[in-house]
Amino acid sequence: MLAVARCIVHRDLLLGLRRRSDIATALLFFVIVASLFPLGVGAEPNLLRAIAPGVIWVAALLSSMLSLARLFAADHADGTLEQMLLGAAPLGVVVVAKGLAHWLVSGLPLVAIAPLIALQYDLAPGLYGVLALSLLLGTPVLSLIGAIGAALTLGLRGGGVLLALLVLPLYVPVLILGAGSVEMAAAGLAPDGQLLLLGALLVVAAAFAPWAIAAALRIAMD
Amino acid sequence: MNTTVRWFRFSSPQTFFPLAGTIARWCALGAVPLAVAGLYVGFLVAPTDAQQGEVYRIIYIHVPAAWMSMFIYLVMALWAALGLAFNTRLSGMMASALAPTGALFTFIALWTGSLWGRPTWGTYWVWDARLTSELILLFLYLGFIALQAAIDDPRRADRAGALLAIVGAVNIPIIHYSVVWWNTLHQGASVSVTKGASMQSQMLTGMLLMALAFWMYSIAVTLVRVRCIIKEREG
Repeated sequence: MLAVARCIVHRDLLLGLRRRSDIATALLFFVIVASLFPLGVGAEPNLLRAIAPGVIWVAALLSSMLSLARLFAADHADGTLEQMLLGAAPLGVVVVAKGLAHWLVSGLPLVAIAPLIALQYDLAPGLYGVLALSLLLGTPVLSLIGAIGAALTLGLRGGGVLLALLVLPLYVPVLILGAGSVEMAAAGLAPDGQLLLLGALLVVAAAFAPWAIAAALRIAMD
Repeated sequence: MNTTVRWFRFSSPQTFFPLAGTIARWCALGAVPLAVAGLYVGFLVAPTDAQQGEVYRIIYIHVPAAWMSMFIYLVMALWAALGLAFNTRLSGMMASALAPTGALFTFIALWTGSLWGRPTWGTYWVWDARLTSELILLFLYLGFIALQAAIDDPRRADRAGALLAIVGAVNIPIIHYSVVWWNTLHQGASVSVTKGASMQSQMLTGMLLMALAFWMYSIAVTLVRVRCIIKEREG
């Protein structure tokens, strides 16, 4: 089972590496969205400092959602997905591996690049750690929940916009806890509560989302 | 001795179709006097609220609509789960027939709430925890409807919608409590939807009558809608 998971992660990472521009586009989108806010609301440093956690998290949400449509689409188009459904490996393991690979190419880079945005927003350097940690805990949840939506909308017309409508309301708790942890730390309080709850969300999502993703894939490929 | 109730008899759309028609007729007939009585008690019998004046009377629409909006989502998820578990055609039809009514009540609750908020709080919208949860509930309903509308094959539409409804139902408590927490983090209790004083019995009567009327209405329109879906699909 682990061998299957490792094989799929390896394959998806390799595919991602071959199509580097896809990964770069989602990252660039994250940076651009975050850079638009000061142009819209004004460059007043105190205001920027106040909205920074929220802006970074919303940009992360949108950027991770953008790359979701690709999660199963290519495999669906060339028939690989059908083989995965028919194969001996449990579908739950397969989708966890695919979700993990998706997070490694779309979520993890966000964690790495977020301090750069935080720098632009003049966030206190002490908060970078909390921001990175919250993204580290939160973005896998986004990948897992988003994968349910991606599986449900597989092969549908207008899939991208529909995916946003389905998935974004479900992202609300992650957004609140993620941005809340940084704001908490900015206010000089301990962000442990939010981070622990984010961790709890991650555990719950990791336990139940694979089941839902697998069921959604079976429905879509029926 | 064959006393077992044949629960699954009515899970066939053909047998359910006439039954749905009968129930819908009686519920529609029941909804009208209940609504009239509820509005009569609400607008003419119940006393004016000491603090809020006449404007409070919108709760006779607002509160039952908010109850229905949440309850219908649960019923929808229940039908969805039944449909996935037993693979019955009717369950999916019921779920998709309930969704527009649920969305309508969610919208009514938000709309009447903002009409009430303007004179009472001085603003149409606040990011109060309950309002925000209700708004997200509306998004969940619209997502469900949009997903079903995007899928041409009715079986896939039913099952995909069912899964989404269940995922949404699991998420609703998490969303609600995270929003409650977010709200308490951001602002103090400048406004609170929960009313302090307990309610007068006439007010409660009016509200319960309206809630019953909404129930009857929901059952009636849902069953009429499910009849349309049965006709469409099964001819």
